[in-house]
Amino acid sequence: MEAKMKTSEVKVNVKQENKGSKALDFIEKWGTIITIVFLIVFFSVAMPEAFPTKTNVITILRSISIVTVIAIGITVSLTVGGFDLSVGSVATFADTMVMSMFVWYSMPVFPAIIISLLAVLSVAIINSLLIVKLKIPDMLATLSCMFIFEGVAMTYAGGGSISQGMSKLDGTPTTGTILPLFSKVGQAPYIIIIMLVVVVAVHIFLNYTKHGRYLYVVGGNMEAARLSGIPVQRYRTIAYFLSAILAGIGGILLASRIGSAQINAGAGYLMPSVAAAYIGYSFAGAGRANAIGTFFGAVLVGVLENGLVMMSVPYYSLNIVKGAVLAIALALTYFRKKD
Amino acid sequence: MKKLGNKKSKIEMRDISMEFPGVKALSNVDFNIETGKIHALIGANGAGKSTLMKVLSGAYDGYTGKIYIDEEFCNIRSPKEAKVKGIEIVYQEVDTALIPYLTVAENIMLNSLVNKMQGKQWINWQVINASAKKVLERLGVEINVKTIVEDLTLAQKQMVLIARAISEDCKFLILDEPTAPLSNTETEELFRVVRELAQNNVGIIFISHRLPELFEICEEITIMKDGQIVTTKKIQEVTVNDIVELMLGRQYDESFVKYPVELGETLFEVKNLTDQDFLIEDINMYVRKGEVVGISGLVGAGKTELCKTIFGALPVRQGEVLLQGQLINIKSPYRAVRNGLALVPEERRKEGVLVFEPVYSNLSAASLSNFTNILSFIKKRAERCAAKKMITELGIKTPSEGQKVAYLSGGNQQKVAVGKWLLADAEVYIFDEPTKGVDVGAKQDIFELIGRLVQMGKGVIYASCEVAEILGISDRTYVMYDGKIVKELETSQTSEQEILYYSTGGQ
Repeated sequence: MEAKMKTSEVKVNVKQENKGSKALDFIEKWGTIITIVFLIVFFSVAMPEAFPTKTNVITILRSISIVTVIAIGITVSLTVGGFDLSVGSVATFADTMVMSMFVWYSMPVFPAIIISLLAVLSVAIINSLLIVKLKIPDMLATLSCMFIFEGVAMTYAGGGSISQGMSKLDGTPTTGTILPLFSKVGQAPYIIIIMLVVVVAVHIFLNYTKHGRYLYVVGGNMEAARLSGIPVQRYRTIAYFLSAILAGIGGILLASRIGSAQINAGAGYLMPSVAAAYIGYSFAGAGRANAIGTFFGAVLVGVLENGLVMMSVPYYSLNIVKGAVLAIALALTYFRKKD
Repeated sequence: MKKLGNKKSKIEMRDISMEFPGVKALSNVDFNIETGKIHALIGANGAGKSTLMKVLSGAYDGYTGKIYIDEEFCNIRSPKEAKVKGIEIVYQEVDTALIPYLTVAENIMLNSLVNKMQGKQWINWQVINASAKKVLERLGVEINVKTIVEDLTLAQKQMVLIARAISEDCKFLILDEPTAPLSNTETEELFRVVRELAQNNVGIIFISHRLPELFEICEEITIMKDGQIVTTKKIQEVTVNDIVELMLGRQYDESFVKYPVELGETLFEVKNLTDQDFLIEDINMYVRKGEVVGISGLVGAGKTELCKTIFGALPVRQGEVLLQGQLINIKSPYRAVRNGLALVPEERRKEGVLVFEPVYSNLSAASLSNFTNILSFIKKRAERCAAKKMITELGIKTPSEGQKVAYLSGGNQQKVAVGKWLLADAEVYIFDEPTKGVDVGAKQDIFELIGRLVQMGKGVIYASCEVAEILGISDRTYVMYDGKIVKELETSQTSEQEILYYSTGGQ
């Protein structure tokens, strides 16, 4: 009897604690949406002519597409309690590969894409080898891979960029062209549709399938997952394969958008993607990495960037704001974490 | 380092009481210790010996009663105040007190590096190395002071801690189960050091579960039980059997539900099992259908390691595991589960449940494939339905199946950890200390549940250091000591004394 009394007391305590911080709870859950709404209202009032237009909405969505797809990759790596830092380099690598397929080898669209994505899997293989077999902490392993594949992409391209009409490393002229079908992929509405499909597909995968559940269980408590008979290492590997593939898709979208392969083109996508994934962490009270949240995180970053550019904040100062947003999102994630 | 005089000094702990939420850990304890003596402090798990020593060393503040040193009242409320009075403690988990990537010298001199620097900013390596060396010489221990602590053996790390303790003006040294992880030769070495310290007028309080060794080293013995002192005697006045009897000597108010079950054929068998790191050695055991097999032994005897090795969670060096006569692969818990084994681990929050996940996904974690369609989409309704059924069946107290496990009480968390495996439908259930931190009501529920499992013809392995539980629930029990099974006993023909006798190294 005494023991039972204690149990109910504990519960009451928990409830009271929750009550005291209800406001904070609300902010944590809906802070992303509130901020987006606030930013939209603010920019619309500040620039009623330019900001709240249909073209600008499409511009924002188009500009966040690549970030979102790459951020979804990071999200998947976060579900298993990992962190894939190599996504930027993977995007560069995929960009370089797919461009070389077109320009150097005159390949049709689909084989070019498929070969590029297969090439990108080599990053996943090395990542999971380092993490699962050699037991290097996730962030450090993917940090090494980030460097390695930045270098691989650059070496492959001969230290320069690849674009239509440019000659190969050894000086032989190229005749390959970037096919119109491929260029279309990077334009609205296709790029937006691809992004939304990725978000929805990964959301369904994470929340409605066994595998998604296992990923979260592994991330929640690796030892408990292992002792529940879940093949933990296999699911960690799966997570890194998915994040590499998604980053690869991001890289291919990037190639289609800019129509060339530039040195380290994907590197700039790492930080906004990390920010998007972490902003999405507490979305709707999820308390864990999730696809929908990441999407809204990317929207937040995109709206902010778009609005600030319109207000003529120089592009080189944007990182200050983006970094600060990331810090706030991280603070919201970690500040209230217990245990 | 100050030279200790031969002046006798004496600690008197008077009327010490200490309460934790819901438990009276110490009630009106009087305990005395003199310098120059080696004093054993003995008691079953939860008897209060560690609590008493934590009070003395200043780790606990919330006690009542008074501590006198040489008739002078000392208000010891923090480790620092204890240290000032010359009271040092070496805990069993040596690694928590050492800084692994610093040298032996730095670790030994840590206190003076932290507290005696005053205005100094520079570290004088020569002084530190020389003083550390001196301390080790005083112990008669040979360890290079420039070695990185990480590279030491466990026994050496212990010596470093003892050295650190006596590097200050140490009058009383508490050793909390120092011999548990040591080999025989290492134990000998430790005893030599301890004797030497006692000769140098240090008072030693020696906590150990290994009874035979006490006779080798201690002069006096104090036995505790249920937060009280039973007796203090000269060691020559008692035998191992006396000690065991005095440690127990209580009536159990717990009643056990034990359904009569017909024992079937051998279901599960372990042959010559040794794990990679020799935590357990040459284990042979079997479980019949419908049988509850107890694994008894004290903390650190290797029960948890045995459970984990059988379940594939620790790497195997050699040996075989058979289920229904078939050799099974236990390379990983994944394989073990597929073969029909289930483990309810000891460290519930760390290993058993996912505290930030809701109850339903905890319950389905080991059997999710039963709730998925062909494309591995989860049938959420079926999953929640099964969870609800399990909640009613086990009497899990939760507002709904969607509640996060973190908000449940310990007992209910444990039920969730067990319920997970009931849904998975295993053949052999391994329980490792399932009643740890669980209230009486939930304890009964767990026993009842085990009763139902064996009625269904499952095999149960029940590891616990609570001898009363083993006696109440098991049909047969293996007693472990030092990583080995030292005795197999029919529960109906044994007693608490006998089990404890073998658990403490009796032969």
